[in-house]
Amino acid sequence: MGAEAVQVDAYGDSASRGSMAVDIRGVSHQFDLSGSKLPVLENIDLSVQPGEFVALLGPSGCGKSTLLRLVAGLDAPTRGAILADGQPIRRPDPSRILVFQDPTLFPWATIWSNVATGLDVRGVLKREKSRVDEALALVDLTAFADAFPHQLSGGMAQRASLARALVNDPALLLLDEPLGKLDSLTRLTLQTELVSLWQRNGFTALLVTHDVEEALLLSSRIIVFSERPARIKAEFRFEKPYPRHRDDADLVALRRNILATLGLST
Amino acid sequence: MSDAIRAFDEETVEGSAVSQGLWRDGLLAAASWAAAALITVGLPDVVPWGSAELFAALTSAAAAALLVLSFIVHRLGRLGGGLVHYGPWLIAVGVWLALWELTTAKFGWLPKPFFSPPHGLLNVYVVDGQRLLICIAYTLRLWSLGFLSGIIVGYSAGVALGWSKRFSYWGMPFLKLIGPVPATAWIPCTFYFFPTTFGASIFIVALASGIPVAILTASGVGSVSRSFYDVGHILGASNWYLIRKIAVPASLPHVFVGLFMALYYSFAVLVVAEMLGAKYGLGWYVQFQTAYSGYANVYAALLIMALLCAGIVRLLFVVRDRLLSWQKGFI
Repeated sequence: MGAEAVQVDAYGDSASRGSMAVDIRGVSHQFDLSGSKLPVLENIDLSVQPGEFVALLGPSGCGKSTLLRLVAGLDAPTRGAILADGQPIRRPDPSRILVFQDPTLFPWATIWSNVATGLDVRGVLKREKSRVDEALALVDLTAFADAFPHQLSGGMAQRASLARALVNDPALLLLDEPLGKLDSLTRLTLQTELVSLWQRNGFTALLVTHDVEEALLLSSRIIVFSERPARIKAEFRFEKPYPRHRDDADLVALRRNILATLGLST
Repeated sequence: MSDAIRAFDEETVEGSAVSQGLWRDGLLAAASWAAAALITVGLPDVVPWGSAELFAALTSAAAAALLVLSFIVHRLGRLGGGLVHYGPWLIAVGVWLALWELTTAKFGWLPKPFFSPPHGLLNVYVVDGQRLLICIAYTLRLWSLGFLSGIIVGYSAGVALGWSKRFSYWGMPFLKLIGPVPATAWIPCTFYFFPTTFGASIFIVALASGIPVAILTASGVGSVSRSFYDVGHILGASNWYLIRKIAVPASLPHVFVGLFMALYYSFAVLVVAEMLGAKYGLGWYVQFQTAYSGYANVYAALLIMALLCAGIVRLLFVVRDRLLSWQKGFI
């Protein structure tokens, strides 16, 4: 029993991965659209400290999501380099998990199996079944372990998708407008949950959003992007203890400031 | 949704059909079946067909059973509910049998040998039952060997075609070219390539069932949403994992459409496949009897084929509903 526990630790699967530093250095990216080149990212430089919660804010379609795909390792940047803890990113890795705007749960598998996918991929599921149960408990879906995705509401499905990410104990969580399609009440609940999950697990978080208030409620640094091709337009720091309140005077002031930067004065 | 509607329908049918423990449709069905029995023995055949007494005995037994059921059906629970649901059909079948007897054997409007009364078909089963049973066994052997080998090869080819760009580059043109050609057109080559005619027959059935499965599996695997693969990649999945755990289950709805098509095609070519030097088999039986104008025998064999096909379709539906229960929210 003891020997087994040591072995598990040696795999690095049961111990927390902690948090990850991300270095984006001079990254430009373009899409090939039937021959013509469409530039989406232009010369992005961004350093994210381990454990930081950074929001990427910008008009929709500006290229923020593309940047997350590059950091996840799903695509390679046309120019520049992205480093994770000093190592160049070449391919996806379970230490860097991307959560999409759609829950993209596998409709043919139960919620439990969906959440277990990451462990199954690495062949450690048999040994670490309890981690799936823990992840489900973390997002309050224990009762729905045997349900199929179509039986869940939008908010529950997105929580399941978060559990599927968290079960891997990621050092970096990439959130691509994860609350974008939810109704406003569910959004509020999940925003609070996201903060507490981040505080509890200590991962680094990169959140793409076009909701200024959401960025201010969740993150300590907000990067504002321009229209496509996206360049970094401005950067705001917002060091306020959590939980934050949307009517907080500093928050309201900064929101006005950010909206002005985005060209939307109110 | 459809279940709810059906339950509702059943309730209303039951409500009107069963009153004070009496099943009215059951009584009417008993009457129509008794009429069929009476017509069969009461009126003489224009040309004798045989087995009229046996048919009358069977239909009167059915009528008697329906009469008893009319009084006790409300105590039979689920089974009774099912019977009540099919009450109108039971009446219609009795009426149909009676009219069938009248138009063929009794009045001769639809003459021998082109048409056969129901007791003429029954007579075929009585007289030729032994041979028909052997034919069923032969047909099922040929069909199951051909169908199974066809769908296994077709499915594997379909997954490869849908997954691999290179495989699809070389394979798809062939599949598109061969697909529309009727499987039976390959008979000349199969005679050359297969040492036995039985092997050739299996190949024809396998080809007919393999092609629709291959085409639909390929399109199913090809149309799996990219975001599912993205999720797999993010979690560190290998290609083999993506195929097994994402492409295969995600394409299953398409695969089942292919399987249903394969089933019908394979039955359609069965008759032709059994032309190839077979000594037994339902297809062979149909051709043999057609040549001798034994049309009653032809109908009798066709009826068996229809029932076999319907039974296998039913079985496939059960398998599909079991494997695709996760789809319920979508359809």
